Amino acid sequence: MDGVVQLQRQLLDYTTQLFQEGFLNDQFTQLQQLQDETNPDFVVEVVSLFFEDSERLLNELANTLDQQSIDFRKVDSHVHQLKGSSSSIGAQRVQNVCIAFRNFCDAQNTEGCLKCLQQVKNEYALVKNKLETLFQLEQQILAAGGSIPM
Amino acid sequence: MFSSIAHNLHYKSLPLHSVPPPLYKYWKQIPRTFLVMGSAAGEFLRHVLPEKVGVSDHSAAGSELHVLAVDDSHVDRKVIERLLKISSCKVTAVESGTRALQFLGLDGEENSVGFDGLKVNLIMTDYSMPGMTGYELLKKIKESKAFRKIPVVIMSSENILTRIDRCLEEGAEEFIVKPVKLADVRRLRDFIMRGEEEGEENRKKGNHKRKLQDDYSISPPLSPAPSLDCEISSLLLPSSSSSSPECPSKRPRLWVED
Repeated sequence: MDGVVQLQRQLLDYTTQLFQEGFLNDQFTQLQQLQDETNPDFVVEVVSLFFEDSERLLNELANTLDQQSIDFRKVDSHVHQLKGSSSSIGAQRVQNVCIAFRNFCDAQNTEGCLKCLQQVKNEYALVKNKLETLFQLEQQILAAGGSIPM
Repeated sequence: MFSSIAHNLHYKSLPLHSVPPPLYKYWKQIPRTFLVMGSAAGEFLRHVLPEKVGVSDHSAAGSELHVLAVDDSHVDRKVIERLLKISSCKVTAVESGTRALQFLGLDGEENSVGFDGLKVNLIMTDYSMPGMTGYELLKKIKESKAFRKIPVVIMSSENILTRIDRCLEEGAEEFIVKPVKLADVRRLRDFIMRGEEEGEENRKKGNHKRKLQDDYSISPPLSPAPSLDCEISSLLLPSSSSSSPECPSKRPRLWVED
């Protein structure tokens, strides 16, 4: 069982780090608390939806900002949605960039928007990577016969 | 006219995180007059709010609540669905106001025995949705004879006072700021279930609801300004006769709008 304990410790350390570095916030913990034996994949399912939504929105944003004449209301609408879903899963850093992004939309500042788009893409890629690592650790623990510590 | 009262309260300029969240969410249930009493009373008011009321044995209340959840976001639909199920509610989650109206049978189809006969006890809707907003959906529900009694709760990621006010004015039961938490859903469920139980009792007794005023045993420290609306003065001083003869508006504004 040593292996399992090691993995569990690793998972806890990793999760703590993610919170400390601001990638995740308490909302993520809320989601974890909604998971149980009757719904063992809840968090993975919600996060998967977040990944799908985000990728779609990031594509739309790139398109909308690529136009000759930018429709800032459309940009804002996409960012608003991205902000909403990132907030719902506790992806704090993505959410923060979205807030700045919306301010640039309000000001109709193209350069600001393009910078934010790049930033939000980066933050999204980071949090996606972190979450996938986290889920892999969880899978390893389960495969080794252990349970996921909360 | 309310300048002195409003100035003390200065609701609009309070950073929202300094307003105790439960108080803020229960605006609808508090007669507006009490909001002028300021934050000192806020602490007291928190204690009379439904969240502090012990919930009696649920089995006595009968079947589970059926909630219709409306949200265009996949993520949010999934989360709200889980929050509700874990709180022992039946859930129907739809992606738009149009779908919600279809589900209720309010989409113009002449079919009064709509959906599957499952009574809806609560509607929770997102505010910002493409097409029909949550506010527009709220209006349509409140305009409908069949469904206007169903409590409607608005959810929004944006904390905009005028928006909140507008929704409450239109008859929303509550306005919840996203992300929605389990505590929010539980409190809502308990409140609705209590309402359903009381509704049953009242139907039996033929009583009218005066619960809100009966619950408050505090005596308001402020005496009404002469220009106060009739409604306010009668709430503050039930037995007083010193009220303005003019009743210009039904729902006076106690703070300055944008």
